[in-house]
Amino acid sequence: MPDLVTELGLNVLFKGKNMIRLLGGLWVALRISLISVLMCIPLGVLLGVVMTWKNPVTKALSRLYLEIVRIMPQMVLLFLVYFGTTRMFGWNLSGELSAVIVFTFWGTAEMGDLVRGALVSIPKHQYESSAALGMTENQIFLHIIIPQTLRRLVPLSINLITRMIKTTSLVMMIGVVEVLKVAQQIIEANRMSSPNAAFGIYGTVFFLYFIICWPVSLFAGYLEKRWGV
Amino acid sequence: MKRRTGKLVVAALMTAALAAGSTTALADEDVIYRTLDEIQESGTVKIGVFSDKNPFGYVDENGEYQGYDIYFAERIAEDLGVEVEYVSTEAASRIEYLQTGKVDIILANFTVTEERAEEVDFALPYMNVALGVVSPDSNVITDLDDLGEDDAVIVISGTTAETYLTENYPDLTLQKYDTYAAAKEALENGNGVAWANDNTEVIAFANQNEGYTVGIPSLGSQDTIAPAVSKGNTTLLDWLNEEITALGEEEFFHADYEATLLETYGSDYEEELVVEGGVVASEEVEEDTEAATE
Repeated sequence: MPDLVTELGLNVLFKGKNMIRLLGGLWVALRISLISVLMCIPLGVLLGVVMTWKNPVTKALSRLYLEIVRIMPQMVLLFLVYFGTTRMFGWNLSGELSAVIVFTFWGTAEMGDLVRGALVSIPKHQYESSAALGMTENQIFLHIIIPQTLRRLVPLSINLITRMIKTTSLVMMIGVVEVLKVAQQIIEANRMSSPNAAFGIYGTVFFLYFIICWPVSLFAGYLEKRWGV
Repeated sequence: MKRRTGKLVVAALMTAALAAGSTTALADEDVIYRTLDEIQESGTVKIGVFSDKNPFGYVDENGEYQGYDIYFAERIAEDLGVEVEYVSTEAASRIEYLQTGKVDIILANFTVTEERAEEVDFALPYMNVALGVVSPDSNVITDLDDLGEDDAVIVISGTTAETYLTENYPDLTLQKYDTYAAAKEALENGNGVAWANDNTEVIAFANQNEGYTVGIPSLGSQDTIAPAVSKGNTTLLDWLNEEITALGEEEFFHADYEATLLETYGSDYEEELVVEGGVVASEEVEEDTEAATE
């Protein structure tokens, strides 16, 4: 058994503060994605409502925004915000703040589109029948439309959230040391003494991402069941 | 609602403008940097280093920065009379960090090239770098011209070794691998007769693996590694040059080598790798351009 541990390079994990450093890196990644998710849910809901408007101007603009986010790799956005704002305006944003801005910018667009999709998927007769029952517009939204929309939104937005958590691995490019970067540091620092450490360390990182994302998925499954039709 | 949309629009347009304008804008805009006085006044010097390139710049198991570059960085901070703040950089973003003044100095195994010298200012060098070729003891390759058509040389795709050999030895049979591990295995299995890579890499390999010799320790042109500062930051550049020259008198970089690189490269290559006082042996300088490392 100790042989297997060495073979996989897992012994490296227990050297010095390595495990704590790895968890510290995980917390950095989580902090960035949590803040971004918390910001982009309300913003995305607003955007989604705006996107359902028939106004051609708001339609064109929200379309433009969404397309920009879709076309631009997150990497490019990170560089634009981190280095670009310094060049253009002399702002010196920290790596982490830049990351939160980019992830919120990206998440809001995608969330907005999900909300729009969920809203327009509610059949027109739902509105009409509730109106026929004498409900006011607010009552229709509160009791009929929003609950149905939410139910449709959950699986999609959970997918977006887990995607955001995983994409935080890109922020190492703007100097933020998150879990994957710590992993690389550990592997490299030990590449002479434990050349096989990559397998064990990356395996650990996989496990860490998994134990973060899995409960989120479970929770989504639970919600879906509870609200199931 | 309307107002919010307005903000979003501004944000979207700004991004579009940034995307379109960034290449042109950066060319004529002044570079932002802190002068020597400003750094000393602030009490902290920001140095961009690698955090995963053992033994040049890496983080040990206690979370402390270590390595050849770090040893020098610590001394710079000490002589400036300030604290040092390390910024973990990637090879691809080193120039960007200097151009936006997000670090004062880059000390990240930074090879001096002509293209880079147009973007940043290099101080005097403190290390040599070239390509090297390692082969098994049973058949040590000392000259690539001796190799026949069936004798494949192993390289890692995308490295300077691949580019250099393709350009300068067009008749050589190359065997390309994507990763370090795959190339290593190929050499051990005898798929190729030799392995060409940065000389620091092949020397380290030969030192750690019994039965291999670096037959060609320095192939092609010799390049140097030097600290870099933002273009035009003359006060800091001059200070660094004086510092490097002065450190030569106490053989600082030899001490640095012995503290950080000896374990990996052994003492045989000390003179080959270390540049003391910013002075490179002249015949090596005259050979020009391209080769070697990132």
